[in-house]
Amino acid sequence: METIKQAQVINWLEKTAHVIGENKDYLTKLDSDIGDADHGFNMERGFNKVLEKINELAASEDLQAVLKNTGMTLLSSIGGASGPLYGSFFLQAALPLEGKTELTVEDLANSFGKGVDGIKARGRASKGEKTMIDTLEPAIDALLLSVKNKDSIETALSNMLAAAEEGMKFTIDMIATKGRASYLGDRSIGHQDPGATSSFLILKTLKESIIQPNS
Amino acid sequence: MKKLINKIPDVITEQMQGMLAAHPEIEISLEPKYIKRASATRKGKVAIISGGGSGHEPMHGGFVGTGMLDAACPGEVFTSPTPDQMYECAKATQNEGGVLFLVKNYTGDIMNFEMAAEMLNAEGIQTQNIIIDDDVAVKDSLYTAGRRGVGTTVILEKIVGAAAEAGYDLNKCADLARKVNSRGRSMGMALTSCIVPAAGKPNFDIDEDEIEIGVGIHGEPGRKRISHTTADEITQMLTTAILEDKDYSRILREWSFSNNGWEEKELTSDAFKSGDQMIALVNGMGSTPISELYTVYRKLHEICSAKKITLARNLVGSYITALDMQGCSVTLVRADDEILKFWDAPVLTPGLRWGV
Ligand SMILES: Nc1ncnc2c1ncn2[C@@H]1O[C@H](COP(=O)(O)OP(=O)(O)OP(=O)(O)O)[C@@H](O)[C@H]1O
Ligand SMILES: [Mg+2]
Repeated sequence: METIKQAQVINWLEKTAHVIGENKDYLTKLDSDIGDADHGFNMERGFNKVLEKINELAASEDLQAVLKNTGMTLLSSIGGASGPLYGSFFLQAALPLEGKTELTVEDLANSFGKGVDGIKARGRASKGEKTMIDTLEPAIDALLLSVKNKDSIETALSNMLAAAEEGMKFTIDMIATKGRASYLGDRSIGHQDPGATSSFLILKTLKESIIQPNS
Repeated sequence: MKKLINKIPDVITEQMQGMLAAHPEIEISLEPKYIKRASATRKGKVAIISGGGSGHEPMHGGFVGTGMLDAACPGEVFTSPTPDQMYECAKATQNEGGVLFLVKNYTGDIMNFEMAAEMLNAEGIQTQNIIIDDDVAVKDSLYTAGRRGVGTTVILEKIVGAAAEAGYDLNKCADLARKVNSRGRSMGMALTSCIVPAAGKPNFDIDEDEIEIGVGIHGEPGRKRISHTTADEITQMLTTAILEDKDYSRILREWSFSNNGWEEKELTSDAFKSGDQMIALVNGMGSTPISELYTVYRKLHEICSAKKITLARNLVGSYITALDMQGCSVTLVRADDEILKFWDAPVLTPGLRWGV
């Protein structure tokens, strides 16, 4: 069966740091519309730490250890609301991966599913509240569907990303009821959620690290 | 942007180093960042620890010292600190009396402090979190993250710090903290925005002749944007919002030592009424002259007197700030004998000192 290799996961984490860096101002701009204008800085600080550790991460074949280490690194460097949320995502996503050195679509769905459960438990939010969950939950649902349909990795990741993008865009019309943006009430309508956007960038980078654009 | 800073990434570190140089009674750690008392406390004393984003100085680091906090964890500017900071800080500070985290109600602070409390409790270090949510500008808690933690924090840290010094155990300190929070209400306003060093430009736009009523300490939007007006009218608006605020109920989370997990507790703040006696804080947002704060206090005193509300104690100055924002906030905490006793107790910190 085709699988996602350890090196591709490492490549994903490394690329994510660059993509977040390139989008720092964009994420911060989104957060200045409905939050406190720090989401880009927070995410960049966190993923720069992951980048500093990339050789240490790459040295471990065990993907559980890789995701756990990533989670701890983000948790201790991002701060704000997104630190514990992304930290929980990676820490929980690591749990089902004991002994794994490569991932099937099913492994990925289980892992990310646990990760999103971690975010929901930590932030006590659910879909429709204008948060990163609105990107992540549909993405995981798409992965689960791919498991059922026995899709290839390529199809699974494409469907996942399409669902994530749609979810992210749905946040534009939502009223925020969690986090800082909730203080705006109705005035939060018309703005895309910064956390939903950073989640989309992370998933987009995953797909692009595994599927070469012209292959 | 014109600020007294060197390099932007060094802002927090250099301010901590300056505090250390100025105040030998505190000690700092830079990896991870926290500020604690230099001398060990009595064995069995509850460690009272707070923290939050930087930019609100002197809160919280300036309140570390005898009679107030044992330690404080500063985050990046306006960003919650991280669980490893709180965890290491608590381990270095606690002395077998347990740990009380005083947490302002912001999503980031709540989650980071919860993770730290889970780690400490898992290691057998009894840790409780008490939330402060006193900003009446946020009316509702059902469709928002709830009222923000603002001015009551200063008063609460003083009172609970004194109680811990006097020998209250963890449960009694938590009870007192919950009580002070339930009796505190605040409302703030901004004349100007503030500039976060990393952003380099104002946090929000506000015209030369506009003011924001109900602003938060990070420049969060308030209740309304109006044309600039007199100090008396502004004070009237802030005070009225506080005095006319109805009973306010919300669900807050605390650690349950019997269930070894979080439990939700309903807390109600009774509306203020005539006959109440208060501790009053007229607070500057960072760039407001003390003279203007006294002008506000004058009117606050007049309004409360007319309503037969006594301002039994007061604090006038900049204690919980929003960097270089111009503006003020008013906080009233309904006092009783226990609260007044601990308010009057000696305190010796960089930011607040009396009776010593
Ligand atoms: N309860 C929650 N559950 C899930 N996601 C949340 C929750 N609260 C906020 N978020 C997400 O976090 C994002 C904001 O993250 P950010 O890094 O800007 O932290 P912050 O709220 O500014 O924290 P702080 O106030 O401490 O600076 C939002 O866009 C949203 O997607
Ligand atoms: Mg933010």
